[in-house]
Amino acid sequence: MILIYLILILLAGALLAWISGNLNHVLPRVITLVTLIVDLVWLIIYLLQTVAFSNKWLIDVQHHWILQFGIGVHFALDGLSLLMLLLTFFLGIISVLISWKEINSRVGFFHFNLLLILAGIVGVFLSLDLFLFYFFWELMLVPMYFLIGIWGHENRTKAAYKFFLYTQASGLLMFISILALYFVHGNSTGIYTFDYIQLLGTHMSASTGLLIMSGFLAAFLVKLPVVPLHNWLPDAHTEAPTAGSLILAALLLKTGAYGLLRFIVPLFPIASSSFAPIGMILGVIGILYGAKLAFAQTDLKRLIAYTSVSHMGFVILGVFSFNELAYQGVVIQMIAHGISTGALFIMAGQLSERIHTRDINKMGGLWEKAPFMGAIGLIFSMASLGLPGLGNFIAELLILLGAFKSNVLMSVLACIGLIAATLYSLRILQKVFYGVKNTDWKMNDLSIREKTIAVSLVIVIAGLGFYPQPVFNIAKPALLKTLDEHNEKTQLNSENLKVETDLKSKLYFYK
Amino acid sequence: MKTLIALIPALPMISFLILVLFSGKLSRKVAGWIGAGSIGIAAVLTVIVSVDLISALPEIKSYQITLWQWMSVGNLSADISFRLDSLSLVFCFVITFVGFLIHSYSIGFMDKDEGIIRFFAYMNLFVSSMLILVLADNILLVYLGWEGVGLCSYLLIGFWYKEPENGTAARKAFIITRIGDTAMIIGIFILFLSFGTFNIQDIMHLASAKWVAGSSIATITAVLLLGGALGKSAQVPLQTWLPDAMAGPSPVSALIHAATMVTAGVYLIARTNVLFSLAPIVQGFIAGIGALTLLIAGFSALTQHDLKRILAYSTISQIGYMFLALGVGAYSAAIFHFMIHAFFKALLFLAAGVVILVLNEEHDIFKMGGLRKKMPAVFWTFLIGSASLSALPLVTAGFYSKDAILWFALSSTSGGVVLWIAGIVGAFLTALYSFRMIFIAFFGEAKTQPSFQAGYLMTIPLVVLAVFSLFGGFIELPASLGNFHLFSNLINQSLPVVGIKNVEHLEWLFQLISSLIALSGIYLAYLFYYKKPVFIDSFNHSKIHHFFEIGFGFDKVYDILIVRPVVWLAEIDKKDFIDQINISISNMALIGNEVLSIAQNGKLRWYLLTFAFGIAVILTYMMTK
Repeated sequence: MILIYLILILLAGALLAWISGNLNHVLPRVITLVTLIVDLVWLIIYLLQTVAFSNKWLIDVQHHWILQFGIGVHFALDGLSLLMLLLTFFLGIISVLISWKEINSRVGFFHFNLLLILAGIVGVFLSLDLFLFYFFWELMLVPMYFLIGIWGHENRTKAAYKFFLYTQASGLLMFISILALYFVHGNSTGIYTFDYIQLLGTHMSASTGLLIMSGFLAAFLVKLPVVPLHNWLPDAHTEAPTAGSLILAALLLKTGAYGLLRFIVPLFPIASSSFAPIGMILGVIGILYGAKLAFAQTDLKRLIAYTSVSHMGFVILGVFSFNELAYQGVVIQMIAHGISTGALFIMAGQLSERIHTRDINKMGGLWEKAPFMGAIGLIFSMASLGLPGLGNFIAELLILLGAFKSNVLMSVLACIGLIAATLYSLRILQKVFYGVKNTDWKMNDLSIREKTIAVSLVIVIAGLGFYPQPVFNIAKPALLKTLDEHNEKTQLNSENLKVETDLKSKLYFYK
Repeated sequence: MKTLIALIPALPMISFLILVLFSGKLSRKVAGWIGAGSIGIAAVLTVIVSVDLISALPEIKSYQITLWQWMSVGNLSADISFRLDSLSLVFCFVITFVGFLIHSYSIGFMDKDEGIIRFFAYMNLFVSSMLILVLADNILLVYLGWEGVGLCSYLLIGFWYKEPENGTAARKAFIITRIGDTAMIIGIFILFLSFGTFNIQDIMHLASAKWVAGSSIATITAVLLLGGALGKSAQVPLQTWLPDAMAGPSPVSALIHAATMVTAGVYLIARTNVLFSLAPIVQGFIAGIGALTLLIAGFSALTQHDLKRILAYSTISQIGYMFLALGVGAYSAAIFHFMIHAFFKALLFLAAGVVILVLNEEHDIFKMGGLRKKMPAVFWTFLIGSASLSALPLVTAGFYSKDAILWFALSSTSGGVVLWIAGIVGAFLTALYSFRMIFIAFFGEAKTQPSFQAGYLMTIPLVVLAVFSLFGGFIELPASLGNFHLFSNLINQSLPVVGIKNVEHLEWLFQLISSLIALSGIYLAYLFYYKKPVFIDSFNHSKIHHFFEIGFGFDKVYDILIVRPVVWLAEIDKKDFIDQINISISNMALIGNEVLSIAQNGKLRWYLLTFAFGIAVILTYMMTK
């Protein structure tokens, strides 16, 4: 039941925060913080009790919901979703802390939305019923729309619209595919169900598989995002308040990556295999094009947003490499990118809180004023360019190695991304912290609260860089299961194809 | 004993963490002593471990220690583990020993600088990374140290961050070396996917067992690793970052951009020598690159005005000698020259640092002059350093180390006359530009007055390094002069011995030639830059002089071929054309809305008119049908 409680606690906290917002401004913050800490601590206690990670679900909760349509309440937790939950709660806490001074209007409603988004994300990471999954997928969307539209910067309305249209349209395509899968499975077996486990082995022709998969792909690739479906991202990230940018970059994008691993690969083994070359090319395009755009930006948040496009390119590249190295890399990349890009967005937020601009041409020489902030900026810029010793290096190393195994050319092209990342990362440092002061800003270095946030993020990213093994151990059974299922089916398929062609050639012979 | 090995890189790392965590609470002096002291202790530990290992040789060739499992995924596993053999021992010794002297010197040198704590933190991080690089037992950990030293190099070149030019130089260094590093990591991928391990010893055994000499996979891998080495060691065509790197404080130039980091490429090639012996074409290529680099940088050094830029080009040129030696398989000669070069080049940079500091940031040697009498300690040590650099026969260490390279360039089975001539021409240039510095900066009339005298903290390291620059060469004497092989016997415990053609009886003749060449270079420097400067007046104003001065125009070519296209590419599509498609769709909708809302104007006459027009159209259509 713990899984349902995790979500219910978030929802209850959300309501409480909204109501308490009428009393004063501190109460909603405290309530939200406590809610998230309770969830995090509960999950960690659970994690400590579970010693061995097997390839079975760690927790599996199943209830009927709408029996007539085969819709159930099915939540389950494995190593992959566990890691994602830890990341969600940890960064949720951080996002409350960074908003402490920044958000001063409609504080209650802000935290209501924040917790609602997190509840949606947790739901997405846990749902094993496609209908329920779709419900949570949409649940993330609306409060995020409000977060951008109400508390955002100058062009917030336009950005919020764009975000909504992109995700809503792609989400609908996924819904059509969910229904299609439902009927295809129902027609062939007589059991009409939205349950993930039962849908896993659905038989379908190659073209049907591709068609149904493309709906899912649309939703996940927009979320991730993949070039050329990425244009909602720079606008949304730039215009959102800091907490919004953090959650978008660190968590919301990861639901796309999670979707690929959880749904695309196991549900459509054959279709996803045939899509793999295109997927890898899209990944490389994302890496290089995202980096190129990042290098040209002058708006700090927009620059960081484009680096996300580049880093998520590695995720796509890894997912369609179909091997263990790449998959472990993808998992680390999801966490490390969440931490490092999140940290950069936090820094951008802190800067614009202090000097009221995001234009890097107006910054410069800020190290003198804020050496602590400079050091943090240095560390996370280095993470962004993949410096060994920080988590992102492990991720990119494994993804590139895994990709090298399946497609040498794509992996080598992706390596150019490492050089491109150097260009934009060093540009951030030079324009913001080094060089001449363009304006003599009056600004303070980080406060105790901000230092605590920054240091905790540094510890996580360095921990991932020097000792990533615990993460590997937790994720391993889940990833291997996904890969085994995938490989089994694709092998079976290729054998079937062989038998078929053999038969055909024999028939031809007898004619 | 094994735990001590782990402590060697750990001590500077701990010191780095202390300096970072308590930067607000430490006094400047204490920070300096922590920074220098940790390296000093590491140097003592290195000596203890060295004595132990050398006495255990040749039965035990290496010590190994694993600290923790870094990662284990599928068949991939890499540990944080160190391996000390005679090759890494020499590097450790130079890094900690020269590093300690430079750190002590820095306490005096950086005394008045507001960022002194930051300085020592970066320097300690550098030393730790460099030690990890040379002690790592798997190539992934080498890469970690490799990138770590690159980061520190970037941070220290741009240490005085308020000057935008320093930032540009720092980024240039980072980006150019990163291009090489990216080639290197692809090479590492190939090694791992071929042999299923990152462990260097295992890779070398498996490579010699599985790969055929001259096969394309061996050649490609060797080329990729060489890419990393060329970037870090500033060899043609990736050498352009090093002269600009002199923007950092002088101790940084001495430690990172002369004595240690820039020789990481030499270490890498020596460490993975099996791969290069499997790719003879690439190894020949290394010798060629070394020869080319030493000449290009030698000519450039001859024409510079900035004291530190002369030394920078000199460093590129001397590393060219090491590459030449690696290319002909004379590994022990390359490593020997690395060590001696570390002594005299650190000395020269530190002495230059004193000169520049005392003359209030004057870098131009033509504005110095007459320093011989003003600062005798610096003069004598600088003279010893220059003599060693010029390979002054018999009395300097540089003679023994460079002579070995010249000899093997000719006599090695893969050597040849062309390589030898390049080396000899380079030796002549070296003597010429070294004593050009001496005669112009230290003799003649004084043009800038020193503002103060350097303290003992700065002069003692100079004296110690001068002693080593003179006598360090006596641990390895050629067959014709004493035949004493302490150093090469040590190095050959971990690296292959060079194969020699049957010309050994002629060694004295070639030594004589190279000695005369060095002496004539010194004499010509005396003639051209002290006695009769008019002789070279026309040369000084010629186009070729300018061409040498700008480093053979590599920067210009790269600017046109790479930098400008990249900037152009970034600028041309700044707003993301895909987004423009989005915007145009929404604009179309808006235009459509505007067009249609013209009709919605509330005028009854207009509605009736269009209504009637519509009916007319429909009726006409029906009737014609």
